[in-house]
Amino acid sequence: MKKCIVTVLGKDTVGIIARVCTYLADNKINILDISQTIIQGYFNMMMIVDVSGMEKDFRVICDEMDALGVDIGVTIHCQREEIFEKMHRL
Amino acid sequence: MINLYEVSETNEMIAHENLDVRTITLGISLLDCMDSDLDKLNKNVYEKIVMTARDLVSTGQDIEREFGIPIVNKRISVTPVALIGAAACKCPDDYVTIACTLDKAAKEVGVNFIGGYSALVSKSMTKGDENLIRSIPRALSETERICSSVNVGSTRTGINMDAVRLCGEMVRATAEATADRDSLGCAKLVIFCNAPDDNPFMAGAFLGVTEADAVINVGVSGPGVVKKALEQVRGKGFEELCETIKKTAFKVTRVGQLVAGEASKRLDIPFGIVDLSLAPTPAVGDSVAEILQEIGLERVGAPGTTAALALLNDQVKKGGVMASSYVGGLSGAFIPVSEDQGMIDAVKLGALTLEKLEAMTCVCSVGLDMIAIPGKTSASTISGIIADEMAIGMVNQKTTAVRLIPVIGKDVGETAEFGGLLGYAPIIPVNQFGCETFVNRRGRIPAPIHSFKN
Repeated sequence: MKKCIVTVLGKDTVGIIARVCTYLADNKINILDISQTIIQGYFNMMMIVDVSGMEKDFRVICDEMDALGVDIGVTIHCQREEIFEKMHRL
Repeated sequence: MINLYEVSETNEMIAHENLDVRTITLGISLLDCMDSDLDKLNKNVYEKIVMTARDLVSTGQDIEREFGIPIVNKRISVTPVALIGAAACKCPDDYVTIACTLDKAAKEVGVNFIGGYSALVSKSMTKGDENLIRSIPRALSETERICSSVNVGSTRTGINMDAVRLCGEMVRATAEATADRDSLGCAKLVIFCNAPDDNPFMAGAFLGVTEADAVINVGVSGPGVVKKALEQVRGKGFEELCETIKKTAFKVTRVGQLVAGEASKRLDIPFGIVDLSLAPTPAVGDSVAEILQEIGLERVGAPGTTAALALLNDQVKKGGVMASSYVGGLSGAFIPVSEDQGMIDAVKLGALTLEKLEAMTCVCSVGLDMIAIPGKTSASTISGIIADEMAIGMVNQKTTAVRLIPVIGKDVGETAEFGGLLGYAPIIPVNQFGCETFVNRRGRIPAPIHSFKN
């Protein structure tokens, strides 16, 4: 299993989760966990996903998610899990 | 499992507190490039660098993208060139051809700096060492990406005052050779005492002869992250203050360790060390001076500055050491003037003087760094300042360095502009009394005794 963290930040609007999840499903990326809050009208979501089944290059996925974020009007980042794991776990 | 709060904290550090990996520096040994034929030597050097470092920049960019962490610089350090060229270079100009080769190789592989145009002369100089040192002004004025350093002293050997005198002259000559660019050449020239073999930070990076054929060293950064964390402990005691610095330094260094491991694996080059330094940039919120202010100083340079810096430097090391499997390089807090907005402001306000900076270098990594001084400063005065800083390093068994920029044609009250990460600096006054007779004595200062510590 190769885990990544997808973060979505921005102004809340209809269908953010739907569109992100559709994109992930289309690219054979399995969602393992979702947490989400709204702080002062701002949408803040984190997904832990498994990218071991995806067929595209990781950098292509990152670029496409960037573009999807621009389209929805939010910021989407996709990062390898290790950066968070290393920083916050001994 | 990682939670939303932790992910937000990390991404906040990256997006708003200037957390980055300052440099991946690929050390390349040039020992096997040596030849008595200068053309052949240059060919060997070029081929080895281009071959070894061909994937460095693209690998760095891949890691940046995948982990979402900026890696600001990808750089190369090489074996001190004085050694490599000793058999082939009969005069300073011969060494300049190697500088041009290194510059060409750096451009070919896309790195912004290549360090190691260096000589190690802590006891005395060979003819080759002297030729290299004499070639520095021309080498730095004719190339773009070369960084040069000279180690003129150590705790074990004392201080080579002949080299100190020569370096004072070369700093001045380099300033004159690059006078049209606010003496920018001097920003790429460092004079060391106790220089480390594995430093990834420019301009003092070189690959020592005790190192492997190729090695990955990583320099982290993160003054903004420490500053932000300290905002949460305003008014609290020293215990909380120190714990906060340690924890933050740990987190920052872990990122460096991760990047170093990935780069090493992907390039198939062994991992050397992580240099856990707080390295500022001229960007707002990326300043070591601001941390010292957050600790409680009105401005850097105020009484208490040395103590606050000593505390900061020590806690950074304590937090960082556990976060990395191997720590090395300069590891500590950097206090360059031109590369730190808080330091620039302190100099402008008259809070920070050259003398106070010298005191600060006793308790932190490196030394008198990126300080613009009047262009009329004599070579002997520059040598005197170098000698003082080397003495601090020699006696305290630590690395110290001098990177002074005598800005030709400018004086106190004016500003030197270097651009980019090198920043800008108000010109700082220098003590007007001379030291020529002292500097002109021949020979070396003997190594200090390490008993009777008083």
